Amino acid sequence: MNPIAKNSPDELLIRVPEFGRAPLGSEAEKRLASLWETLPGWRGWLATVDHKEIGLRYLVTAFIFLLMGGVEALIMRVQLARPDQALLTPEQYNQLFTMHGVTMIFLYSLPILSGFSNYLWPLLLGSRDMAFPRLNALSYWLFLFAGIFLYVSFPLGQAPNAGWFNYVPFSSLEFNTGPNIDVYALGMVLLGISTTVGAINFVVTLFRMRAPGMSINRVPILVWGTLTASVGNLLAVPSVSLAFFLLWLDRQIGTHFFDAANGGKPLLWQHLFWMFGHPWVYAIVLPAMGIVSDALPTFCRRPLVGYAAVALSTMATMLLGFEVWIHHMFATGLPTLALSFFGAASMVISIPSAVAVFAWVATIWLGRPVFNTPFLFFAGFVMLFVMGGVSGVMTAAVPLDFQLNDTYFIVAHLHYVLLGINVFPVVGGIYYWFPKFFGRMMNETLGKWSFWVMFIGFNIGFFPMHIAGLMGMPRRIYTYSGNMGWNTINMVTSVGAFLFAAGILIFMVNVLISLKRGELAGDNPWDAATLEWSAPSPPKAYNFAVIPLIASRHPLWEDRLNEGEARSSLDEGYLLMQGRETLATTPLDAKPDLILKMPEDSYAPFYLGLFSALIFAGLLLHWWDFAGLMAIAAGIALTAWMWPGRKLEQSVPAMQPAKESEHG
Amino acid sequence: MAKLMPLLEPLPVGSYGKRSSGWWGLLALIVTEGSLFGYLLFSYFYLASQALEHWPPDGLPKLAIPGINTIILLASSGFIWASERCLKNKKMRSSITLMAVAIILGTCFVMIQLREWSNKSYNMATNLYGSLYFTITGFHMAHVVVGVIILSLLLLWMILGYFDDKRYLPVTIGGFYWHFVDGVWLFVFTALYLTPYL
Repeated sequence: MNPIAKNSPDELLIRVPEFGRAPLGSEAEKRLASLWETLPGWRGWLATVDHKEIGLRYLVTAFIFLLMGGVEALIMRVQLARPDQALLTPEQYNQLFTMHGVTMIFLYSLPILSGFSNYLWPLLLGSRDMAFPRLNALSYWLFLFAGIFLYVSFPLGQAPNAGWFNYVPFSSLEFNTGPNIDVYALGMVLLGISTTVGAINFVVTLFRMRAPGMSINRVPILVWGTLTASVGNLLAVPSVSLAFFLLWLDRQIGTHFFDAANGGKPLLWQHLFWMFGHPWVYAIVLPAMGIVSDALPTFCRRPLVGYAAVALSTMATMLLGFEVWIHHMFATGLPTLALSFFGAASMVISIPSAVAVFAWVATIWLGRPVFNTPFLFFAGFVMLFVMGGVSGVMTAAVPLDFQLNDTYFIVAHLHYVLLGINVFPVVGGIYYWFPKFFGRMMNETLGKWSFWVMFIGFNIGFFPMHIAGLMGMPRRIYTYSGNMGWNTINMVTSVGAFLFAAGILIFMVNVLISLKRGELAGDNPWDAATLEWSAPSPPKAYNFAVIPLIASRHPLWEDRLNEGEARSSLDEGYLLMQGRETLATTPLDAKPDLILKMPEDSYAPFYLGLFSALIFAGLLLHWWDFAGLMAIAAGIALTAWMWPGRKLEQSVPAMQPAKESEHG
Repeated sequence: MAKLMPLLEPLPVGSYGKRSSGWWGLLALIVTEGSLFGYLLFSYFYLASQALEHWPPDGLPKLAIPGINTIILLASSGFIWASERCLKNKKMRSSITLMAVAIILGTCFVMIQLREWSNKSYNMATNLYGSLYFTITGFHMAHVVVGVIILSLLLLWMILGYFDDKRYLPVTIGGFYWHFVDGVWLFVFTALYLTPYL
């Protein structure tokens, strides 16, 4: 680097990072707090870019969607509890099962994991925020608006009604004339933008925002899971966004992509949808598996067995996940060779999955397990994962799939996978990190009750579905006749579903009670190993008063494990407080690379999100001028956002630089 | 107990060239945008390979004007590259001129492409080929228009004196986005204009 003249503005572009301590209550700490804290009131609420705030919003919003999807499921289970019921019309049933799938798969599963990752990543990695705090805010607002968008036609009885994978030609204009499918198509494109910008943020954060010393082989598995999911999303989401956009063009502009009468191919829809769909399945389970890989060892009182194997198997799963999409299309008449290839690839996925399972089992086996609520959820998850995995291998066998395709066996499989690998780790994860989020412990007695009721209810509800499927009950039928032999099984399933719901209710009661009266948690109530537990509960706006130096994979267990000579430095580190600052490190070795200037709170993400949603509203209603106007407004919001900032050292200072650096 | 020693060397502050977050963000954006065009071309070849009628229905595409247009677009990338170099070498005036030329070339591409569109005997709704042709070139056109707006903003910021030889990251990022849009055009051009000759 060239030597720089004194008092030139370029002096601001390079400096030695200050090193020291900033204990709670010190001058330095107070200054950091004033730099990073969000304004109180609604202004701060709309403008905040704090990853913790955004993470909690993600968690709460996604959980509300879980409850909505759950209520839809319960209504369906009442309808199906006995034969020949008439609680719902076929059309209402279609809308309910479609919205149930859309809600659970798109509005709950990934967003809830984004919530965890948004809240936890900077704390796990030893940073003060995500790489792009404002993009983080945009990602949340778009998710919220897309969720509202997808739900807005529901009360009018015009919700999406062609199933969550929305096959043409049933979803084409010819057979589905209402706005139902247009709402779904446009809403999914909007949601896709949210997912994409969120994924970009995670990817860049992993490569840039780790504390010095946290080399790539020391990052927690949750980070590996979310990274893999995010890279997968970057490659896969464009496929589904394009599919939905083309469908919308077919329906509203008169193009012929899926129009068999004019050379279009309905099967193109299935290809585009499942090329996205299968990687997506892994995107919504790998971070949840990461939650378990990080939290389970805490309750086994030992590090995870096979860290490298689990990290590699996470990525291997996603890689293979891009080569199995045809297993959703075995019954469409594709060549046998393609079926064999994709069937084999689907079975191969059981290898990396098994690596992870054996690593968890070995961690429990070799550890000294503490049987409290989070442990129960994680151990329960391992069991459900194995069951869902086995039914998955079964359906990967082409001949068996021909038999089971579109029966309740598939419904059972996907619920074992999605509830088992997503909901159970998520609820366990909330029990685990609740003390970090709110500074209070959750009630242990209610916690155990919630686990056992959920676990038993889940198995009573979903295991019989395997049998219903083997007995030939097709999925997505709104009722059945009493002489099919499915009566008992459906009644049992419905009872189990309500029992599972009761478990969720106990969990929610526990959350509400514990928020008010939970026992106060210290910084590290579980005596855990990872970095987030070194911060106060709840963490301060700036996360870490000093950016720590990391010497191992388990910064808080170093003395106990005594694996090496070096010790992480948590109380003494880089101060970086000339404005909102944090440290960027090199991608692999995490050596200090750059002092990053982080953006202030801003309204731009909210407005950009709002105007983007209004563009889609305009397209839905055919208000073309309005959509154009909103596009211009969104452009203005984006320009304001991108305007080079002096505070961020992006543009040449206009004044004498001395002033700036004085108090800086 | 060995204590970790901090690295106490000077570090760059803020958005420092290709070590900045913005640059990394752009690369991630290009990965996902590149995938989008990949899926578009997949759809094109998937449908074209199964077409029963003549493909393209109007006969082989004429190459002269689109070829010239391709050269215009590629030239604009060269001017962006030169503009950034001048900025690095403190030649602000030439940097502004070169950027302006790039914008004019980009606008030319848009105008010529619009003329191409209006000369077609079919539109999006006429037949499957028309749907594919206009959707794929339309997606690309949207990227070019956004690119021209970005370049115009960069030009404005240059004129306002926001950038100097140390602070010009937006030009690097915006310029690379433009290179990406040009690179994608080569794939689109090859798929739509050249492969029918095979």
